[in-house]
Amino acid sequence: MASIAKIARRTFMIGSAAIVGGVAFGAYYVSRPAPNPLQPGEGEAALNPFVLIDQNGVTLFAPRAEMGQGVKTSWAALIAEELDVELDQVRVLHGPAATAYYNSAFIADGLPGRGYDTGNFKHAIGEALGHLGKTLNLHGTGGSTSMKDGYKRMRQAGATARETLKQAAAERLGVERAQLSTAKGVVTAPDGTAIPYAELAMEAAKLEPVETGLRPKSDWRLIGKSQPRIDMGEKATGTAEFGIDVRLPGMKFASVRMNPRQGGGMAGFDASAAEGMPGVEKILDMGAGVAVVATNTWLAMQALDTIEVDWEDAPYPPETDQVFARIAEAFEDAPNSVLRDNGDADTLPDGATELTAEYQVPYLAHATMEPMNATALLQDGKLTVWCGNQMPTYTQMKCAEEAGLESEQVDIRTTYLGGGFGRRVEFDYAVLATRLAKQMPGTPVQLTWSREEDMRHDMYRPGALARMRGAVKDGQAVLLDGKVAAASPVAQAMKRLADLPQAGPDKVHVEGFFNAPYAIPNFRMAGHLSDIQIPVGFWRSVGNSFNAFFVESFIDEMAHAAGADPLEFRLDMARREWTPAAGVLEAVRDMSGWTGKTVEGTGHGVAMCYSFGTPVAEVIEVVEEDGSIRISNAWIACDVGQAIDPSIIRAQMFSGMAYGLSAACFGEITFADGAAEQGNFPDYDAIRMHTMPTTQVQVLESQAHLGGVGEPGTPPAAPALANALFNLTGKRARRLPLMHDFDLLV
Amino acid sequence: MPTDLRINGKTHQVDLPDDVPLLWVLRDEVGLTGTKFGCGVAACGACTVHIDGEAVRSCQVALSDVWGEVTTIEGLGSPDAMAAIQQAWVEHQVAQCGYCQSGQIMQAASLLAKNPAPSDAEIDEAMQGNLCRCGTYPRIRAAIHSAAQKMQEA
Repeated sequence: MASIAKIARRTFMIGSAAIVGGVAFGAYYVSRPAPNPLQPGEGEAALNPFVLIDQNGVTLFAPRAEMGQGVKTSWAALIAEELDVELDQVRVLHGPAATAYYNSAFIADGLPGRGYDTGNFKHAIGEALGHLGKTLNLHGTGGSTSMKDGYKRMRQAGATARETLKQAAAERLGVERAQLSTAKGVVTAPDGTAIPYAELAMEAAKLEPVETGLRPKSDWRLIGKSQPRIDMGEKATGTAEFGIDVRLPGMKFASVRMNPRQGGGMAGFDASAAEGMPGVEKILDMGAGVAVVATNTWLAMQALDTIEVDWEDAPYPPETDQVFARIAEAFEDAPNSVLRDNGDADTLPDGATELTAEYQVPYLAHATMEPMNATALLQDGKLTVWCGNQMPTYTQMKCAEEAGLESEQVDIRTTYLGGGFGRRVEFDYAVLATRLAKQMPGTPVQLTWSREEDMRHDMYRPGALARMRGAVKDGQAVLLDGKVAAASPVAQAMKRLADLPQAGPDKVHVEGFFNAPYAIPNFRMAGHLSDIQIPVGFWRSVGNSFNAFFVESFIDEMAHAAGADPLEFRLDMARREWTPAAGVLEAVRDMSGWTGKTVEGTGHGVAMCYSFGTPVAEVIEVVEEDGSIRISNAWIACDVGQAIDPSIIRAQMFSGMAYGLSAACFGEITFADGAAEQGNFPDYDAIRMHTMPTTQVQVLESQAHLGGVGEPGTPPAAPALANALFNLTGKRARRLPLMHDFDLLV
Repeated sequence: MPTDLRINGKTHQVDLPDDVPLLWVLRDEVGLTGTKFGCGVAACGACTVHIDGEAVRSCQVALSDVWGEVTTIEGLGSPDAMAAIQQAWVEHQVAQCGYCQSGQIMQAASLLAKNPAPSDAEIDEAMQGNLCRCGTYPRIRAAIHSAAQKMQEA
């Protein structure tokens, strides 16, 4: 481990990891194992934090939040592959909040470079640096990192557990470990003696862990094959427990109304009408808001509606137009980053045709189906918080701060998440539940937000602006020069999570643009950060969600100006830059039967984005029927390197696309008098059964590294649709949502 | 005044104001949490249950207006004894986050009870009030077709 510490320290200064880290003691702890969070009970032996075996059998820990992406199943499959157990034999639990469950891929993704150009050397540094996650307490789920993080570590965990169990059996039977075989949770000796793992647990616990190599791909039983999802039966029968479903003896139900001018305070409130309403037990001052505790959530919400509150102003301009004018001011400042600057972007090449365009995209809410909620109980100096969350260690720390306790006195129980999409990286709802529990010790209280509260108190996808300039010559792109301005989710989250200032280039702000895998001789991209204080956060695919719209729409404009087919135009640039990017374009070309021509009344568009290690191309087809435009078909191709579970990957791809299409068609958060104008689904609609296109997904495995799958389906959706609408109508979409400029089927 | 409610074949006596929506009676009083709160304004379908076999948004039905026998997702089948439609959901690996799926399944079950072999257009018509932010629609559609086929064979 010493070499890791050394590499980590050196890389500290060159990587954007320094932004996240900013803590010098990192390298010291990196060389020590994180404490094991599982304290085995009597008769149990914790072989390592990912496998627990007791008399009752094998429990695997998948400490990544299950928010729909299938991680519980895929993570367990990685362990089970080497442990030689079947998924239907084991119990899979989330596990407690713990440093030992650090996510190594969070930091590897923060390394400088475009990602797809990662050589083996940098890949190795990325893996080593990943151990910094342990120091930073980065137990979390996000950034499409789970499989990248778990791919080797979990197989190693399974292999070590298996060999240690075999060693225990070998000692009991007086044979060599190498003579033993394992399958389906049983060690078998040459004479046929079979010992279930459960019976070997206590002996194995006394041994030093036995390290071993990993099996070759050709021997895999589970990885690469679609597994029945572990959570499917529960989710088909209403028995899966989400945060909002937690029920405890004596529990009270609460709801809250905080200042919709986010960040503004509360001058006072009048709750006289609420007092004495049915079921109302307490009315509590929450600082910048007020809560009602009642015998029923709905009764709490009804009482809240009668409370008159004097809200203070927000620390940002109150109207949408002023907000975007303020964001545009960031263009006047020096850029925060210029992470791509090839050739000479200042000079128009001789004989080239120049074009310019400006784009604007709105703020967006996450709108998870399950509104924000958390349940908390403060009792005997200990706090327990039940909630769906993507960052248990930070949730633990922030709830501890709120309760005036040490982190060790706070137990975070992570349930299923009724959607995450980046919203549950935050901890605000858990802190508010803690604020309630603090005022009623000994009584468990569940805090549920109304949909309106959820939509008006989000950490939104930032509204963003782009100023694009390009040039084409002889049918090819010869220059692309783009500037993007928006507030930074990373900067705000660093402040919220750790009160650390952001420093250095903000890669997330420009991802999906500076690293577009296209060869263009003169290619520059500048990222300008706005300090506007509307809360922003990590919305499925983050910076890629707006950058891919800017780049892939403008590339389409350039193709049109060059008189080229938009798919061939991209393919030519991708082939010269990175083969897997060309591969996904070729795949959607073939799947969709792309000829460059469409029949009357239909239009098609293409877009491609490399994000979270995975290139994804999408072709969208639109059709004009009965006076409105319907999205009829979609074709998606992704290259994930190694497909861990093909069915889950296909699901994540069309899911990501649907999320992107929902936002592209209907999604916007606008502001009036400092508050979000949208409050519920009638104002913030999404793709539904009748507006979802027929979709085909192809999963390719040609690239060298394992790519993420939870988010990369999202970025190409908006530009592919906008390009299809241009193909159909001749009208170029330079702002979202598209419902304002096109007669879309709703 | 306590109200008697028939839910999943059992009678429950609840003592709540008349205007409390059925959704919140089920979730916070009776303890049947399979029925979900999504919007409170009948715009997402997560709270769909059956009253006398008809799919309704339980967030819009006041306690005093419940006119018949209530069936929730828990009454349709259990993990050990799933209804055909729930089995189809598993077979097609429909759920992602899973939060909306109780409502989707209740809506689909009501569709199939009335129309044993729905076309794609009929599925669109019946299911468009049920939102899924994970976008599981292609698999929901496949599961409905598959359940329809199995229920006809049975």
